[in-house]
Amino acid sequence: MPRREIVALAIAAFVVAVVLPICNTLPAGSPLAVSNFTLNLFGKFLTYAILALGLDLLWGYAGVLSLGHGVFFGLGAYAMGMHLMLEIGSKSVYQSSLPDFMVWNQVKTLPLFWWPFHSGAFTVLAIMLVPALFGFAFGYLAFRSRIRGVYFSIITQALALSAWLVFNRNEMNLGGTNGLADFKTIFGFPLNQPRTQRALYVVTALALIGAYLLCRWITLTRAGKVLVAIRDSETRVLFSGYSPAAYKLFVFVVSAVLAGVAGALYAPQVGIITPAKIGVLPSIEMVVWVAAGGRGTLYGAVLGAFGVNWIQSWLTTSYPDFWLLFLGGLFMGAVLFFPDGIVGALGRLGTRVRRIVSRRTDPAVSTPSVSLGRPTP
Amino acid sequence: MISRLSVLLSLVVWLAAGAAGHAAAAPAPSPEVAAALTDLTGEDADKREAAVNVLGKTRDPRWIQFLSALRDGSVYARTRAGKTELVVGGSKATKGDQDIIDIAGAYDREPLGTVALSDLKELPADRRLRLAIKPFLDADETQAQLADPDPNVRRGAAVKLGNQAAAGTAPVVEAALKKESDRWVHHALAEALALIHLANFTGAERAQAARTLGGLHSESAVPALQRLAGDGSASADERAAASAAIRRIERWGLLTRTVETLFQGASLGSILLLMALGLAVVFGLMGVINMAHGELMALGAYATFVVQNWFRATWPAYFDSYFLVALPVSFLVAAAVGLVLERGVIRLLYGRPLETLLLTWGASLIIQQALRLWFGAANVDVSSPSWLSGGVPVMVGLTLPYNRVFIIGLAAVSVAAMYWLLFRTSAGLRIRAVTQNRAMSSCLGVRAGVVDATTFAFGAGLAGLAGCALTQIGNVGPSLGQNYIVDSFMVVVTGGVGKLAGTILASAGLGGLTKGIEPALGAVFGKVAILVGVILFLQRRPAGLFATRGRNAEA
Repeated sequence: MPRREIVALAIAAFVVAVVLPICNTLPAGSPLAVSNFTLNLFGKFLTYAILALGLDLLWGYAGVLSLGHGVFFGLGAYAMGMHLMLEIGSKSVYQSSLPDFMVWNQVKTLPLFWWPFHSGAFTVLAIMLVPALFGFAFGYLAFRSRIRGVYFSIITQALALSAWLVFNRNEMNLGGTNGLADFKTIFGFPLNQPRTQRALYVVTALALIGAYLLCRWITLTRAGKVLVAIRDSETRVLFSGYSPAAYKLFVFVVSAVLAGVAGALYAPQVGIITPAKIGVLPSIEMVVWVAAGGRGTLYGAVLGAFGVNWIQSWLTTSYPDFWLLFLGGLFMGAVLFFPDGIVGALGRLGTRVRRIVSRRTDPAVSTPSVSLGRPTP
Repeated sequence: MISRLSVLLSLVVWLAAGAAGHAAAAPAPSPEVAAALTDLTGEDADKREAAVNVLGKTRDPRWIQFLSALRDGSVYARTRAGKTELVVGGSKATKGDQDIIDIAGAYDREPLGTVALSDLKELPADRRLRLAIKPFLDADETQAQLADPDPNVRRGAAVKLGNQAAAGTAPVVEAALKKESDRWVHHALAEALALIHLANFTGAERAQAARTLGGLHSESAVPALQRLAGDGSASADERAAASAAIRRIERWGLLTRTVETLFQGASLGSILLLMALGLAVVFGLMGVINMAHGELMALGAYATFVVQNWFRATWPAYFDSYFLVALPVSFLVAAAVGLVLERGVIRLLYGRPLETLLLTWGASLIIQQALRLWFGAANVDVSSPSWLSGGVPVMVGLTLPYNRVFIIGLAAVSVAAMYWLLFRTSAGLRIRAVTQNRAMSSCLGVRAGVVDATTFAFGAGLAGLAGCALTQIGNVGPSLGQNYIVDSFMVVVTGGVGKLAGTILASAGLGGLTKGIEPALGAVFGKVAILVGVILFLQRRPAGLFATRGRNAEA
């Protein structure tokens, strides 16, 4: 890892994981205070960033564009949500040991697949294992038969559509359209307390840092090089004696797990998880975070997830009609004008500024322009 | 067959006898009716209601007309020479300071001249009286519909009478049955008659009615037949006849449902085909996945809506022909937008399919939101031209709606046009050349850019046509395209991009499979099953049904 990145990462991690939570504890009047709302909003963005990291690893490095990552996000979020629903116990509206929506749907006994989620340890395992297994099964079938490029993207989009349809059904016993909500406690801590939310935020920030280090480590290993090679010419990698399917499957499962973890951290902080987070549109929105931030850089994905969602939360409250227009424009602009995202655009700008500055100081020295190497699928 | 005929024959004879008796009994104001008329002028509400019932039960059209006038408050009583008589009021006028009115006889409606309104006493029709009158008017209306010139109206009336199964209507149905020439109305009347008999007869005649219903494959008789089959008081013969009839109807139902499913599959497949044709050709030619294809379809649908409104406002007399204008208009609108899209942005991203996917998705969001801002988020109303509403009955219990037949026809014509364009014109030759080897074609003087643009515009136009056709069978809203886009991509993936035949086969297969699975699994799990099926299918054939082979396979 280059020295500059380590320093930048350390500063960013310190600000996000230490400074912001401390500012949150300050009294409301102080100039540096961060409100509970803002911290919660940032916590949500951090979970998105975790997911974006996995997506960037998959798309930016291995060149596999998944339009169905909302499904893995949803699997993690629902696993966590199910545990939280069971933790409510009989403190719910209907005073039943069953979740409210089951009482409402006249389900008499807890369905079998809900039982293990009583255990917190199982839930934490399931958050990672369920997306991993599902991603493995789907990825195995897809990569084994060499479904690639747009074919793979289309199949994952169909996956997102099907998952959305299925999660919307009441007979799945997952809350139907309304999803899972009204959580009260998480592992015994009340969710409505700012302290719990702050702790959740810190956990999310740490998870993001961990995810970043994991992804960076993967890109630095030999496997990471093979991934990039697959992106640039899969056929050549195949003929060199590597199995692209195995590498792609591995990275697909990693990104699925990251998405699951992101979902699991999302559910308690936002307080609700519905099928609307799973469908086609949210899944493809996740892709635009990465595209807008800058593919194949990892930090670009994090910045993109933050930036796009920040704009979204501002636009959807101030100018709700224009959000979709903006999003569409972002898709087109990101592809047409910023193929390497904000990061790339800033990098180019920096290079140009440096060149102008250096020319001014010493016209004899000309710096060669630095190309970031645009990923081509 | 012979037994069925004889049943029908005996029914007809029986009916004829009944009708003759009825006709003889009808007119001549009886003392009963005279008493009822007197009661009507009185104050006693119970007696007035009873009088209405007496008049209504005569089933004399003239007395029914009289009741209708009574309900409207235009029946008056006038006292002349110590005798009170009822008259029906007509048009009113003012002459000097006096209100005058034309009056006519209560029964025969013979004009009785014009009198001053002040000489008459209006017969008030309160709520209770109106309620008592209503059933007679309704029954009369249904029976009158049996003589309507429109066969659909006659058929509807027959079905209604059959469902009501009132004993008193049997003679009317019988009379209509004898006169009926239309095959389907005749069938509906026979069914109605048998239903009436089933409800009102007992013994051998009831068993006969049950057998008749079985022979007529009457779906609507099943509940009544099931009651009869489980009725302990009925004879063994009747119960056996009912059970046999139910079995017969169910077997027939299975057949009609199978045919219907096939038809629905073909209709869904046609829509998918219309969508996928453009997608597949563009994908094969340029490697571009056009995510905005669904929105181009929505544009076609909205173009139809606009044309409809324009016709309604400008030429209401020719409203029915708006659809013929809307077809080319929707094609052109979608093709124009497709052309702008291709020349404007997609051209810049040639050879980068994942980028074009995101780009066109962005375009789709913008078009969708623009439609929402322009036309509103709610669905808009597109009404069918009269020649597309209704359907062609092909067998008992199965009517194929014209609009779906039309869509199948449109898809067939589009496929033929596509084949003609690709294989019989020089433009098609160039399209095929660029699809096979872009670089070589360019070297040989084919202007690849022009080919791209025209092909893209043509594909977009086909989507517009699909949208226009969809207005006839579904809702038109801003998110119309979203409902079909994923499905049509599945068609492209399954069919492969090498040949048109792959697209045709895949859309027919997926359409048929979807409708075939739906009854068993429901729409949602049916869709999931289709996805799993497609993934498993791709295990065997990764590049779809008709893959490009050889050097061109790996782009």
